[in-house]
Amino acid sequence: MLTIAGKTFNSRLFTGTGKFSSSILMEDALLASGSELVTVALKRVDVKNNEQDDILIRLKYPHINLLPNTSGVRNAKEAVFAAQLAREALETNWVKLEIHPDPKYLMPDPIETLKATEELAKMGFVVLPYIHADPVLCKRLEDAGTAAVMPLGSPIGSNKGLKTIDFLEIIISQSNVPVIVDAGIGSPSDAARALEIGADAVLVNTAIAVSSNPVKMAKAFKMAVEAGRMAFEAKLATPVAHAVASSPLTSFLDE
Amino acid sequence: MNSFNDIFETYNWDDTKASIYAKNAGDVERALASPKRTLEDFKALVSPAAASYLEQMANISQQLTLKRFGKVIQMYVPLYLSNECNNICTYCGFSYDNKVRRKTLSPMEIMQEVAVIKDMGYDHVLLVTGEANQTVHVDYFKKTLDLIRPHFAHISMEVQPLDLEDYEQLTPYGLNTVLVYQETYHEDDYKKHHPKGKKSNFQYRLETPDRLGQAGIHKMGLGVLIGLEDWRTDCFFTALHLNYLEKRYWQSKYSLSFPRLRPFSGGLEPKVEMNDRELVQLICAYRLFNEEVELSISTRESPSFRNNIIKLGVTAISAGSKTNPGGYAVEPQSLEQFEISDERSPQEIAKVIRAQGYEPVWKDWDNCLAK
Repeated sequence: MLTIAGKTFNSRLFTGTGKFSSSILMEDALLASGSELVTVALKRVDVKNNEQDDILIRLKYPHINLLPNTSGVRNAKEAVFAAQLAREALETNWVKLEIHPDPKYLMPDPIETLKATEELAKMGFVVLPYIHADPVLCKRLEDAGTAAVMPLGSPIGSNKGLKTIDFLEIIISQSNVPVIVDAGIGSPSDAARALEIGADAVLVNTAIAVSSNPVKMAKAFKMAVEAGRMAFEAKLATPVAHAVASSPLTSFLDE
Repeated sequence: MNSFNDIFETYNWDDTKASIYAKNAGDVERALASPKRTLEDFKALVSPAAASYLEQMANISQQLTLKRFGKVIQMYVPLYLSNECNNICTYCGFSYDNKVRRKTLSPMEIMQEVAVIKDMGYDHVLLVTGEANQTVHVDYFKKTLDLIRPHFAHISMEVQPLDLEDYEQLTPYGLNTVLVYQETYHEDDYKKHHPKGKKSNFQYRLETPDRLGQAGIHKMGLGVLIGLEDWRTDCFFTALHLNYLEKRYWQSKYSLSFPRLRPFSGGLEPKVEMNDRELVQLICAYRLFNEEVELSISTRESPSFRNNIIKLGVTAISAGSKTNPGGYAVEPQSLEQFEISDERSPQEIAKVIRAQGYEPVWKDWDNCLAK
C-alpha cells in the first residue's frame, strides 16, 4: 500500500476534476477509477459556498480525499495565500502546489515552488508539488519537507506520455518520498509504464476527461495502474539489447 | 525592442494582403499537416484557398481545443458602466457625434445592475465604457472595482486605453483581464474611422497591449472589428501581435475576439462583409495557429451560429447581454451600443451548451489567487 504523510491509499491512480463535459460524468468516471485522491482547482470551486458547489458535492464519498490545487498562482506568496484559503474552506491541510507563471505551457516554476514548499511545510501543510522531472530539485524539496514529489511526464495536457523517463528513473532511484508522475500521461499504457519503473502513483486528468467514454477510460487506467504496479513488484526482466557472443571475450581466462 | 510598433513598421499592408491572397492549395495542405504552425501557415489558413478545407480545419480545431480546454465553455457577461464618449468612431452607437442620452452609472445603480447579473448566475463580468476621461477615469474604475470585487470571481475591463501607471494602479483592485481591440491595423483607415478624440492616436492604441504586459496583467484580449477592412489581413496582424506579445510577456494569458460590425442607430455599413463560413474559417485558423489562446464569442452573432460554433474552437461565450448602461435594471429601455442578435437568457444558452456535451463554467478564477 502507498502511504503519504501517514495516510494510506489502496489506489495508486490519482485524478483531476477539470475538463469533464458535466459534473455527473466526472463523478461517474472518478468512481470507476477507484481513485482515492482527487485534485480540485481552487479557481473552479466556490469555496465560499462549498456546500452547494457542483463539483464539491459530487466528491463527497468516504474513500475520496480532496487535494486542493493552486493552479493560477504565479509565485510563492500567492500560493501560500491560496493554500491557507483552501485549508480553511475545504478542511484539509493537503495541497497540490502548482506554480506556473507561464500560462501557455503551464511550466512549473522551480524557484518559487521550492520557496513555497519550505514555507507551507513549516506551517504544517502536506505539500505535493508539481515540478519538472528535475532530480536535484526533488532532493531539495525533500530537504524542505515535501510529502511527495510530482514530476511531469511531458507537458501538461499534451498526452505525450513519459518523455522525461530517463530523469524519472533517476528521481525514483534516489527519492525518500513517494514519486507521483503528474502531467502528460495520455494512455493507460503510459500509466502502466510509470508504475513499472517504480513510480509510486500517477495523476491523470485530461486523458480520462476528454475521452469519448470517460467512465470506461477511467476503468482502463485503474487496471493499467494495478498491472504496472504488479509488474514492478514482480520485478521486470531486464531487456537485453544484444545477443550473447558465442565466443565470449573472456573465455581465454579459462584456458 | 521597445514595442510592437517596431515590428509592425516592418510590414506593409498591401504586400501582406497580396501575400495572403497568393496562398494556394499546396500552402494550405502544408499548413494543415504541420505540427507547429507559423505565421506563413496562418496566412494560408485564412486565405481564400483554404475555403475548401473548412471541414478538415474544423476537425483539427475541435481536437486541439478539447485537448487544451476540455469539454467546457466559460460564461461571461458585459456590464456597461457608461456611454459617455469624447471619441468619434464611425461604427459605434456611443460615438461623440451620435445624439444619444449620455449616462454613467452611480455606485447605487452599479449595484442594482450587479444584483441582476448575479441572479443570472454569473461570476465573471466584463466592465465596458466609452472614453470620457473627465468623468470615467482611473478613480472611477478604482471605486467601481472596490464596489463589485466581493461579488465576482473574475473581473475584465474593456475601456479606453490607459497609461502603464494606471494599469499598475488598477491590478491591486482585482482587475484581472483587459480587452483592447485595435479595430483595424490599417493605419489610414483607422484614422478615417477615428477622426476625433484620444482614440485617433493609432500608435497609442497599438502599444496598449505592451503597457498591459509591462503592468503584469493576468490576461489581455485582442481583436479587430471585422468589416472595417479586409478581414484576412487585419486578422493576420492580430496573429502577428499575439505572437509578439506571447513571447515578450510570457506571464500573461491571451484571448481573441472577432466581432463583426453590427447595425446600430445611425450606423455605418460594413466595407467588407464576412459571411458565416468565413468566420468559422477564421476561428479554426486562430486555433490551428495557437492551441492555447482563448477564443471568445459574443451575442453579436445569431442564435443558430452560436449553437453550432460551441464545438469548433471557441472557449468563452456571453449570454443575456445588454449593451446600454443600466440595461439590466436601471434603464432597460435606453439606447444600446449595438443591436444584439442572440437574445436568449444565460440559462437557455447553458442548456444549449449542455445539450452538445459541454459544461458551462461560471467560475474559473478566484480573486484570492492574486493577493
